[in-house]
Amino acid sequence: MRPKGTNPRNLLGIEDLQRAEIERLLERGSHYKTVPPNQRLDTLRGHLIVNLFLEPSTRTRTSFEIAAKRLGADTSDIQGQGSSLSKGESLVDTLNTLGAMEPDIIVMRHSASGAPHFLARHLSTPMINAGDGRHEHPTQALLDALTILAAKDKLQGLRVAIIGDISHSRVARSNIHLLSKFGADIVACGPATAVSKRLPLLTPGVSLTHDIREAVRDADVIMMLRVQLERQNVEIFPKGEYFRYFGLRLAHMALAKPDAIVLHPGPINRGREISSEVADSQRSMILSQVNNGVAIRMAVLEWVCSAA
Amino acid sequence: MRLLIRNGRVVDPASGLDARRDVLVDGKVIKEIAPRIECPDATPLEAAGMVVAPGFIDIHVHLREPGIEHAETIETGTRAAAAGGFTAVCCMPNTIPVNDSAQVTGFIVERARQTAAVHVHPIGAISKGSKGERLADIGAMQTEGAVAISDDGIPVMNSGLMRRAMQYAASFGLPVIDHCEDLTLSAGGDIHEGVQSMRLGLGGIPGCSEDVMVARDIILAADTGAHIHIAHISTANSIAMVAHAKRLGLPVTAEVTPHHFALTDDRIPGYDSNYKMKPPLRSQRDIDASIEGLADGTIDCIATDHAPHTGHMKMQEFERCPFGVTGLETALGLSLETLYHSGRVDLCDLVRLFTNGAAECLGLDHGRLRVGGPADITVFSTEREWTYDVNQTYSKSKNSPFGGDTFRGGPAATIVSGRVVWTAEDGIIEAH
Repeated sequence: MRPKGTNPRNLLGIEDLQRAEIERLLERGSHYKTVPPNQRLDTLRGHLIVNLFLEPSTRTRTSFEIAAKRLGADTSDIQGQGSSLSKGESLVDTLNTLGAMEPDIIVMRHSASGAPHFLARHLSTPMINAGDGRHEHPTQALLDALTILAAKDKLQGLRVAIIGDISHSRVARSNIHLLSKFGADIVACGPATAVSKRLPLLTPGVSLTHDIREAVRDADVIMMLRVQLERQNVEIFPKGEYFRYFGLRLAHMALAKPDAIVLHPGPINRGREISSEVADSQRSMILSQVNNGVAIRMAVLEWVCSAA
Repeated sequence: MRLLIRNGRVVDPASGLDARRDVLVDGKVIKEIAPRIECPDATPLEAAGMVVAPGFIDIHVHLREPGIEHAETIETGTRAAAAGGFTAVCCMPNTIPVNDSAQVTGFIVERARQTAAVHVHPIGAISKGSKGERLADIGAMQTEGAVAISDDGIPVMNSGLMRRAMQYAASFGLPVIDHCEDLTLSAGGDIHEGVQSMRLGLGGIPGCSEDVMVARDIILAADTGAHIHIAHISTANSIAMVAHAKRLGLPVTAEVTPHHFALTDDRIPGYDSNYKMKPPLRSQRDIDASIEGLADGTIDCIATDHAPHTGHMKMQEFERCPFGVTGLETALGLSLETLYHSGRVDLCDLVRLFTNGAAECLGLDHGRLRVGGPADITVFSTEREWTYDVNQTYSKSKNSPFGGDTFRGGPAATIVSGRVVWTAEDGIIEAH
């Protein structure tokens, strides 16, 4: 069994996308931001979208659901919790079930890296990765880019600090790929157990520091990652002192550019990776990230269908 | 029953013979090796343009019988061995039940006698149930036919137990084979820890997880005097340590698998689980050290670690798939491509790595061509182009990363105890 190559109708990761494709998605995302939320569109009328969430998710799943409804599509949920999938149904069985349902789009969240790639290899249905294990979360990176571009002219040349457990973070991986494609200057920060020394080899434009003050100095954008204790097989840092050394506080903001913005994929752990003062400050874009999420997911749903 | 292998280039590394010769087989033994033999009543086997070598030995395979017969049996695994040019294999003890007693060893020997296409030598477990707690019945297994002991994929983490096992095995003259992996360093790992594991978001298995155990085993070999054989060595650091141990004259040998010297971790396409094995595919630096080690004698032999798994076991999330790939049928093709045609290992050394080099690791009476000796012979071509169709494999499992690959050179005929058991033209030839 060999991979047939990336199906053009899939969105499995930012790494596979061309810069022009990302630009088109961001452009359509900006467009959908201007469409009033109560306006129903016909773009995907008659299309069935299966939301296959085999790992608990509220925000991303709801965001995709709203995006689908606003485009006029029908949606059907298959969730890990309570479905046969949590009772040991295998990925092959899922594959067969989906083959029989014949949906027009599959949106998939899974705790294993590469799980959507496995299904995509065997299905001709357009597949959107809504987060796979520690690998990628492409729509999060797209909505983050949309959020940054609402405050900054362009991504090129921006100094972006990404702080937290980067090794276990699909959000970080997708953002690094996206920002690198646009020529941003990316500073990754965390303890060495959470930030691989090989990270600069992943893609151009990435540097490392273990000092949060170094990371935020002159930053245009500060991306905080959620501390995901559930994703660590073993404790990779003593969690009691994490905030002291890697948490973002108001004092750090003075080191950044005066117009620096703060992003966080949510849900935030106040007092663990970010202080309440920063999370609730004018600099925080956390709530606009949520709104941009729906707009970018509308653009992505439209894109995977239009390419078909 | 006589067989006359004519006009081949006979290569016998043990004696240094490398010349055009005819080989006459009578019954189960080699009767004569001479420039020209006339024997009208013998069945001729034309080997012009071919290499005639001692029968190849694979000292590291998994035949899955008893207990996991849906993945492989002694019959199907040894047929794949014959199709790969092997006349003997040594099978690891991780069956169900584990081969940790005279009864299981005896069962394997008996099943092999009934069903195997090639010679089968069982490897017994180090510990009962390979649980790493109490020593298995090592002497009794040897009496029934075990040629070495190993807990292979469930390595002995307890250094005290490993030391006792080595002391005890040494008193029976048995080699100890170790799959060197510190399980606390490799925990949660799927592929080699490097840029690729980071890119794919998969757990990393760092090179140091192998290195610390190789270091431990060499130290214990020096302490106990036991012969330690390092299975599927995969890192440049480990190879350097084995080279150092050999310079000190310690009883240390090592094998490498074809997939480890042919593929790097960055060649893993997407999340294809046919590239998932332990140790994992490593870096170019490690491959270079492997090939250098094969060429300079640091590494004693090539072994496949043939590890069949059924399709449904490999059709899962990458992180849930079992480790292991099949390898018997592609070993020679890969070795010729990577080692011989690249000019890095000459033909006589390549043959040695499959024959007397392998036999000497475990003290087996195989791997030589000599008059009066057993007629286990491998005939192969260095030039014939062929494509590996994994759907036509003799193995019960198809988990090979090399399906569809084309090779320059491969086995042509496999002769076990004087009988042609497989040819490239006719496949497996049933016994009458």
